[in-house]
Amino acid sequence: MCLAIPGTIAIIEEETATIDYGGTTRRASVRLLPDVAIGDCVLVHAGFVIQKIDPDEGAELEALLKEVELL
Amino acid sequence: MNTIQTITERIANAAAGLPQTTIMEVCGTHTHAIRRHGIRQLLPENIRLVSGPGCPVCVTAEEDIALALALAKLPNVTLFCFGDMMRVPCGDESLLQLLSRGADVRIALSPLDALAFAKEHPAREVVWYGVGFETTTPHTAALLENAKRDNVKNLSVFSAHKTMPNALRALLGEDSGVDALLCPGHVASITGADAFRFLPEELRLPAAISGFEAEELLVAILALVTMQKSGNPALINAYPRVVKPEPNETARALVDAWFTPCDAVWRGLGMIPQSGLSLLPEHSKYDAVKRFALKPVVVPFRNACRCGDVLRGGIEPTECPLFGKVCVPQHPLGACMVSSEGACAAYYQYEGAGI
Ligand code: SF4
Repeated sequence: MCLAIPGTIAIIEEETATIDYGGTTRRASVRLLPDVAIGDCVLVHAGFVIQKIDPDEGAELEALLKEVELL
Repeated sequence: MNTIQTITERIANAAAGLPQTTIMEVCGTHTHAIRRHGIRQLLPENIRLVSGPGCPVCVTAEEDIALALALAKLPNVTLFCFGDMMRVPCGDESLLQLLSRGADVRIALSPLDALAFAKEHPAREVVWYGVGFETTTPHTAALLENAKRDNVKNLSVFSAHKTMPNALRALLGEDSGVDALLCPGHVASITGADAFRFLPEELRLPAAISGFEAEELLVAILALVTMQKSGNPALINAYPRVVKPEPNETARALVDAWFTPCDAVWRGLGMIPQSGLSLLPEHSKYDAVKRFALKPVVVPFRNACRCGDVLRGGIEPTECPLFGKVCVPQHPLGACMVSSEGACAAYYQYEGAGI
């Protein structure tokens, strides 16, 4: 039930977005995150877009490992 | 050398010389991901991972399940719920069994499915059975807000929603045996990372918000072990591509407009003050329990299920005498065996029944 899935916003019509999950599309509500645009990578949970995802993954892990060094 | 190996080695170095250290995860998806990636096998012997009360199915009290069953039995009611709730047993009954006996129980992929159905079937009383933590409460609030906006009168909500912080406070007080906390990434994507600051600040526990990939989990564990070693607990956001310091304001405003904290019973853990959410009094006409004048149900504790100890991180699922014998995913006795996010089910699936 807590499973959230990343996808990309393909279409927005009022409160509903069509999300592209690498080929398969599903609809989800943007009621909880109205400030999204086509092309945004987002996290979808139980039919709702809940958060935007920053795409830059590799760099992030590096930065985190540096942060841990300072603990 | 790949990243996983590098991080694993750094964990081993950081853990050297530490006494037995227990890290608790409180997210069902973490429980599942940790088993799937075999994370436990990558950690040194003195670092132990335990599952806390992070699976919403597992912590829903039998009293609440009994109320949901009572709602489903009402002749004019269509009850919508998440699929995971269908098989949770209460005594000899579950929603799935009621369905096979003709009750109108439906699985929703989104709570808004209940609203669409209510509009199409104005003669039915549609009830949304809301369970879950900060990740699902805003969905229920959005459902209610849209029902009100669209003037839909035949929809109500049975709220078994819970909140994480007060439960953690109750659970992780002194002598909890837990040394550090792996914080739930998806909950934090809604609440904001700062909602978990009380762990280091009030409870002196190292805390790290983690994602769900092997590297993400390992970096978070590395941060926890490092803090444990240095004796300086802090909060690390190891999932910054999704989790921001501040909350999702739209979600928070919706939840605040509809819900108020209340005392709640957690399965296996008992009553935890102010750890549940009920509808605000001004919205009581949307409250299914009030609308159908249901009486609270007292459910006697009857079997040898050790779910409470599993949820507290006190025992491994395999230490429950029923595990893998009478309690299996096909025939769950406790809720932890029902959802794939439950600790017992995750153990059963990835580590086999025979251990
Ligand atoms: S094995 Fe079954 S009965 Fe035992 S603690 Fe887990 S869910 Fe409860």
